[in-house]
Formats: sequence, structure tokens, C-alpha cells
Amino acid sequence: MYIIDRRLNPGGKSFANRQRFLRRAKALVQRAVRDNFKSRSIKDLDQGGEIGIMRQGVHEPTLRRAASGGQRDHVLPGNKEYLEGDTIPRPSGGSGGSGSQPGQGGDGEDEFRFVLTKEEYLDLFLDDLELPDLAKRRLMDTEAKEIQRAGYSTTGSPASLAIARTMRLSLARRLALRRPSAAEILKLDSEIERLEREGAPESELVALREERERLVRRNRRISYIDPIDLRYRRYEANPKPVAQAVMFCLMDVSGSMSEHMKDLAKRFFALLHLFLTRCYNHVDIVFIRHTDRAEEVDEQTFFYSTETGGTIVSTALEEMLIIMRQRYNPADWNIYVAQASDGDNMGSDSAKAAGLLHDQILPACQYFAYLEVGREEDPMPTGTAPRPSDLWRTYETIATPEGHFVMRKVWHRREIYPVFRELFRRRGTNVRGGAA
Amino acid sequence: MKADRTGHTHPLLFSGTDWDFDTIRRIYDAVEEAARDELGLDTYPNQIEVITTEQMLDAYSSTGMPQLYKHWSFGKQFAHHELVYRKGMRGLAYELVINSDPCISYVMEENTAMMQTLVIAHAAFGHNHFFKNNYLFRQWTDAEGIRDYLEFAKGYVAACEERHGQAAVEQLIDAAHSLMNQGVHRYPRRQRLDLKAEEQREAERHAYQERFYNDLWRTVPTGTQQASRQNEDKRRALLELPEENILYFLEKTAPKLAPWQREILRIVRHVAQYFYPQSQTKVMNEGCATYCHYRIMTRLHKQGSINDGAFLEFLQSHTNVVAQPTFDTPYYNGINPYALGFAMMEDIARICNVPSDEDREWFPDIAGKGDADNVLKHIWANYRDESFIAQFLSPRLIREWRIFHVADDASKNALEIAAIHDERGYRRIRRALARQYDIAWQQADIQVVDVDLAGDRHLILQHEVINGILLAESDTTQVLQNLASLWGYNVILREVDPATGKVLKEHVARATPAIAA
Repeated sequence: MYIIDRRLNPGGKSFANRQRFLRRAKALVQRAVRDNFKSRSIKDLDQGGEIGIMRQGVHEPTLRRAASGGQRDHVLPGNKEYLEGDTIPRPSGGSGGSGSQPGQGGDGEDEFRFVLTKEEYLDLFLDDLELPDLAKRRLMDTEAKEIQRAGYSTTGSPASLAIARTMRLSLARRLALRRPSAAEILKLDSEIERLEREGAPESELVALREERERLVRRNRRISYIDPIDLRYRRYEANPKPVAQAVMFCLMDVSGSMSEHMKDLAKRFFALLHLFLTRCYNHVDIVFIRHTDRAEEVDEQTFFYSTETGGTIVSTALEEMLIIMRQRYNPADWNIYVAQASDGDNMGSDSAKAAGLLHDQILPACQYFAYLEVGREEDPMPTGTAPRPSDLWRTYETIATPEGHFVMRKVWHRREIYPVFRELFRRRGTNVRGGAA
Repeated sequence: MKADRTGHTHPLLFSGTDWDFDTIRRIYDAVEEAARDELGLDTYPNQIEVITTEQMLDAYSSTGMPQLYKHWSFGKQFAHHELVYRKGMRGLAYELVINSDPCISYVMEENTAMMQTLVIAHAAFGHNHFFKNNYLFRQWTDAEGIRDYLEFAKGYVAACEERHGQAAVEQLIDAAHSLMNQGVHRYPRRQRLDLKAEEQREAERHAYQERFYNDLWRTVPTGTQQASRQNEDKRRALLELPEENILYFLEKTAPKLAPWQREILRIVRHVAQYFYPQSQTKVMNEGCATYCHYRIMTRLHKQGSINDGAFLEFLQSHTNVVAQPTFDTPYYNGINPYALGFAMMEDIARICNVPSDEDREWFPDIAGKGDADNVLKHIWANYRDESFIAQFLSPRLIREWRIFHVADDASKNALEIAAIHDERGYRRIRRALARQYDIAWQQADIQVVDVDLAGDRHLILQHEVINGILLAESDTTQVLQNLASLWGYNVILREVDPATGKVLKEHVARATPAIAA
């Protein structure tokens, strides 16, 4: 008989098979991930999690008999009342004892559920997105590694030997093991010498000599510095985020924004967030919502609270500028702004908004994306072009050709991905010098 | 220490729940002694492997085999098992045992010392004895060669993926898997399977075929005239039709498959064949293992090797394993093979030792014979579930379990109670239950009946419909499509009523060039 400990064998023997399964079911899983994405808050987007896909998609067919029809026999335990010849009404749903029929299901549209890891989830989620290089490249360039002291280690190069620490440990060990000091031996030596000189009796001398012998032996056995005392200074390379990013999410929550529009906006923000957190070490998100006045809110409020009122866009821009001045100095931060609105604005405000944007915000920020969300039924089915909104027309005047201010309009959820991808595609090789 | 009947004393194997490798060794030795003295079990050498939960999940997903070729369906199994386990909906089996020589039993690291004892008694002795002695396993499985063969199969499939692309291989294996149930020989073959030699022969055969394969030979116009003159019977005889092993038939006869494709079909077929005896001996195999562990654990307790606490813990898990819910409980999920097997083993021992008059009448051969252990060992060696139940399910057990038989005719509105646990019902219930374990009765009988290799090359299959139960429609369509792509030409499956010869339904699948080499 052998007992073998396999626990240290590399686990994850199923990893390759699991990858194959995910690849196989990719379309289904991707759809499931996107559906799942609807019900998630921004903050736990990158958590992985349980998803379900149609069983039919990963069903493995076999030649087997149908689950119904024909004459069947059921043999069941636990009869209480039936007598031979009794009839019982056919139970609906086959719970009346079809326990011996294997492999039911397969014809049904039930779900096959399993858990995706965080990595798997994100890979599938971002799979068809081209990560825009605009942001990524900048961060790569400015990311620096910083060497930091990180305590001590027991191995290292001689150059990094921490002498003081080593000596301290050596001393502690010598004390603990009671290593006789040289002085003690010396003292004994002189004592013996003195006695020898004085011609003391041999018996006294023997004891002392033995004592000396013992001390010398002990001294030799317990070394002054032992390999276990050695300590080396340890260094760690810490990535130092030179560039940090903040994303301002500005959302119009005025009465004119329907649930559908807010959903579009939310999905856009979620994608943006995900993308930035994957590419940056530090991303702050500031949620600002506005009606005819603007306030900074937390995520929950941003997405779920109901608020109505008129629309004054410039309030949100002003609020953003205030926060930026207080907490996010453009010299240290990559500043991103994403604004979502249905395009309604009070007529008198448009010029002010355009001014703020052009004079103060655009010079300070890396990228400004304006997303205009439309009603689901838009655009009009016939060839007539919808009339551009007030805000759209205003913003159009300041759109710059070099493209760090971009505006797009979406009507439907399916347009979010393409638009997102388009907005964050790298434009040209001439990367603007930024605030980083 | 306590003295047993013979006056020997036994030290306590462990106390508490912790174990280490020394404990396992001691446990193993004690269990082995008990298995030998108490039951006289005859086993392959054992190999106990301690694994983690994750490794158990891995093992689960590749149908318990230590290594198997890569395929997405095992990944699917893994994903599913993992979810179920993580959610705590189901615990993992405590053990997994592989029918090989040496016999490998996996034990999980988080088992308690008592569980390790139970697992060793159950798997390393109960199952092991059954694997080594049961005639089906002896006939069909090559315990010595299986691991080498699987190693070969894994390497071969990987090599094919490298040469022909993962997609092509995956598609082929998908198709083969869908026909796996139709990939076994159900009747004993001429010689004992020697997978090692088989593997070598196959390699040689391949090398030869690949060296001399020339597509031009197919175009040489000889013999077709003669072939067309052959009458149907002769043609069938030449192809050895009818053939129920569809994978085998394809491997030997499918005109368009490349040699590597045939070899992969062969691998899938061998794996299916290896598991074929297991599917026919669930009740007996689990019954045997459960009966053995019960006897061994009881003995260990009696002789003082395990303390009362551990024995109670054992009884609890044993009782859970052999629980049989009645049909009207919400969690009823069919007849539990552990429960039925264990109950029947105990019942047989009782019939041997203290039979009633009824038992004498029903089981004249074994009633009152004494020597229950040898009777059981004979049964373990020579029966499968269907014949076992047909012969040894006793009236007393039918009464105790209150088993009844419901006839379900789709053409009638109500179900009918065909038999209950009374004098008139015993035999009928026993026959009906035995049938539920008869693979020939439970699995659809599908055979390749004809093909005209010189003509249109359509492959014709026939399903002999029993009791008017047709094949599940959507699955059948998909499988036939797979079959057609393997065969390379159209495939027709007729569902036939054997009594009248009437065709009840016909499925047709057109060949797509998908898998053709």
C-alpha cells in the first residue's frame, strides 16, 4: 500500500478544460455578462460572479428516449394507501415518480449556471472593446518604479548586509545561549595562573581547569556570528503613480431625462470607469448630477435617487471646476470628464456653458466626452434628420479638430459599446502634452 | 485498549478528528486486517492519495480519471460542480476510487480521521474487491493497462490538435461523445482486452496505413460492377451488419475519415467501454462497498480500534448514505443505489443465517446455508444489477420498503397501480424493478442495419421501439447530424415497431462536409 500526498501537485488540472468551455460558450457567456452588467453597480463591476447561460447552448446531445409518451413502468418505494388496480390521476410535471428516467432536461430552456472569476468576467466584458491608447500610453510613460526599503530578509547580496541588525541578532543569540565572553575566560586564566603560582592544591586546580575547558568548548561551539544572524536590507520596487486620474461624471437628472436615458448614461459611465480602473492605478470618480442646480453626490444617489427640475447645464460645469480646484490640481491629475444629457438646456445658459467649457475646462482636462442620450423611439424612422438639441448646437461650435472634445449621440443601448469604443480610440500619433 | 473475542487487544487508532500520515497508515493496516479476517476480501494493491478539495473537483470533472484528453465538456462539468459545491448545495463525495491496478482511492484532506477510515474501508476494500472480482469488470476492463492507455490517449489527442487544429479535433470529439452510448460492445468479445498491446498495434497499423495511403486508389474503377451485383444479404454480411456499436462501425467503415480521426473515435469508444460495466453495476458496487464498510467499521469498534464517538459519527454518515426517501417526499430522486444495495446485501446475509419459511421457498439455494460471506462474494462476482435484483430481491424487502409498481400509459388519462407489495405483486415488482436496471431495456436499441457502399452510401439505422417510447426529438436530430458528418453521406434513422415492423418515425440527416477529412 502506498499513501501519496498529492496536495502539493499543481492544482487547476481543469483550467485548460475550463478555458475551452468558456471559449466554446463565448457568445452565450458574453451575452450573459452583459445582461448581468445591467444589474450591477459601478463599484462591483469588476468582481466576477455567477452567471447563467442557456443550457441549450452547451447541451451535449445523446441518442436517448423521450421523457414522455408510450408505456412506462415506475417502481417506487413507500406505498401507503394504494391497492393493486387503483388508478391515480397523472401528476403534472412528472413529479409523480419518474425518478428512474435519467437525463431529463436538455429540451428545456433552463439555465446552466456557474461562477466566473474576476479576470474571466472582465476579459469577456471588454473583449470586443479596443482599449483606447490615448490614456493608456500616457500612463505607461509616466509610471515610475521607485525603490523602497522593505524591511530585512535572510538572503541577499553582501553589499546589502545590514550590519547593525546582524550584530544585534548575534548579540541576542549569544546572550540567549549564554556564550561565555572572552573576559570570563581570561579571568579564569589569571585565577588558575595565580593558584599555580601560589602552589594551591591540585584538586582545586582540576576543578578550575575543567571549568575553563568547558567555557572554551562552549565558546567554540556557539559562534560569535552565525549564518542565522545574517540580515540583509530588502528593497522593493514600488510602482509610483506619477499620474493619477479623476473622472468627472456629469449627468443631467432633470425631469426631461427618462429612465431609458438614464440607463444609457449609466452604462456609459460604467464602461468608462471600468476602462480607467483597468488602465490606471488611481482613479477617482466624482459624481455630479444637476438639474437647475448641481451637487456632488455618491454613486448610489447618482444612479438611483429621483430628482426633477429644470436644466441649467453650466451649474454642473461650475461645480466641477470648483471641485477640480479644491482637490484635483490639473498639474498632478489626468482629468477626464464625461457628460451625459438629453441636450435640453435653458436657452440663456448655453452660451455660459460653452464659455466655461472652452475657456476653463478644456484646457485643463485630458478628454471631454459629451454623450447625448436620445429617446428609444428616435431617430425618426423616415429620412428626416432630427433637430439637433440646444446643447448639441452650442457644443458643436467648440468641438476641436484635434479631438479631445468629442460628442456623440446614442439612442439605444446597443450603441453604447461602439460609441464608447469610438470615443476612446486613439487619434493620431500626436499626443498632446498633458498635465501629467 | 479492549480485548476482543479472541483475547487480542487493539490500540485505539485515533482520538479526535485530526489525522496525519502515520494515522492513515495505522488505519489502513487495521482496516486491512479487518477486511481480511472479517470478510476475506480479495483486492488489487491499494494506493491512497490525499488530495485537496479543488483536486477533487478536478477529478470529478474528468469522470474520475486521473488523466483524460482535454475537452470543453469536462470544463463545463467542472464549472458546474464548482458552483454547486461553493454554494454548499451539495458536499463533495468523500471519496473517489479508480478501477485500476493498483487501485487508486482519493481521500480529501479535510475529512476527519473517522471519514478517512470509512473511505478506506469503503473504497480501498469494498469497491476494490468488487472491481477485481466482478465478471463484467474482468471481462471488459483492463485495470492494469487503463492508466497507460489514458496517458496515450491524452498525448494522441494533443498531438492531433497540434497537427490538425483544435477546432477540428474538438468537433470530432463532440460528435464522438454524442454517440458514446452507442460506442460499446454489449456482448463479450473474443479475447481479453490488452490495451497496452492494442496501443502498440494501433501505432504500427497507423504508420503502415499512412505510408501507403494514396487517394488515387479510390479512383481505380475495378470491382464496382461485381459489387453492385451483390445481393443485400451478402453486402450486410460483409459489413458484419447489423452492428450496434456505431462508433466501432464508423471507425472501421466510414469512407471519408482520415486515420487520425478513426483513432480518436477509437479512443472515445475505449473510454465508453471502460465505463460500461460501471453503469450496469451501480447497485451491486455501492451495495458491496457499503456492506463491507459497515462490517469493517463495526468490527473496528468492537475490537476497540475506534471509540464510541467515532463510531457514532460513522453511524450518522452511514445512515445518511443509505437513506431511502419514499416516493412522496419532495426530495425523492429515484431509488438510492447505496440504500437498495446495502439493504439487499444485509437481506441476503439474513436469508443465509436465519431464514424464514418464505425465504426457504423463494431462495432454496441459499436459505439457511450459513456462510453468508461466501454467498455474497459469489454474488458480487457473478451478477450485475439487473440479474442481481431479478434473483435476490426478497418479498420481505419489498414489504419493508413498501415497493409498488405504477404503469404509465400515455394513451390513458390515469396511472394505474399494477402491483403492490403483496403475494400477487412480489414477482411482478421484482421483474419491473430489475428491468429498470437492464441497460438493454433502458437504453434505446439502435443499430446500423444497412448501407450501400457501392450505391448512394446512405447509412440506415433502426431503432426498435419498445413500449412505444420514441427518441427525444431535438437531441436525435443533433446526434444524427453529427453522425452524418462522420459518415460523410446521408444518414437515415427509422424508428420501428418490432411487432408490426411498421415505421413509426423517420429522421434524416444530410451530410455536411464539416468533418470530412
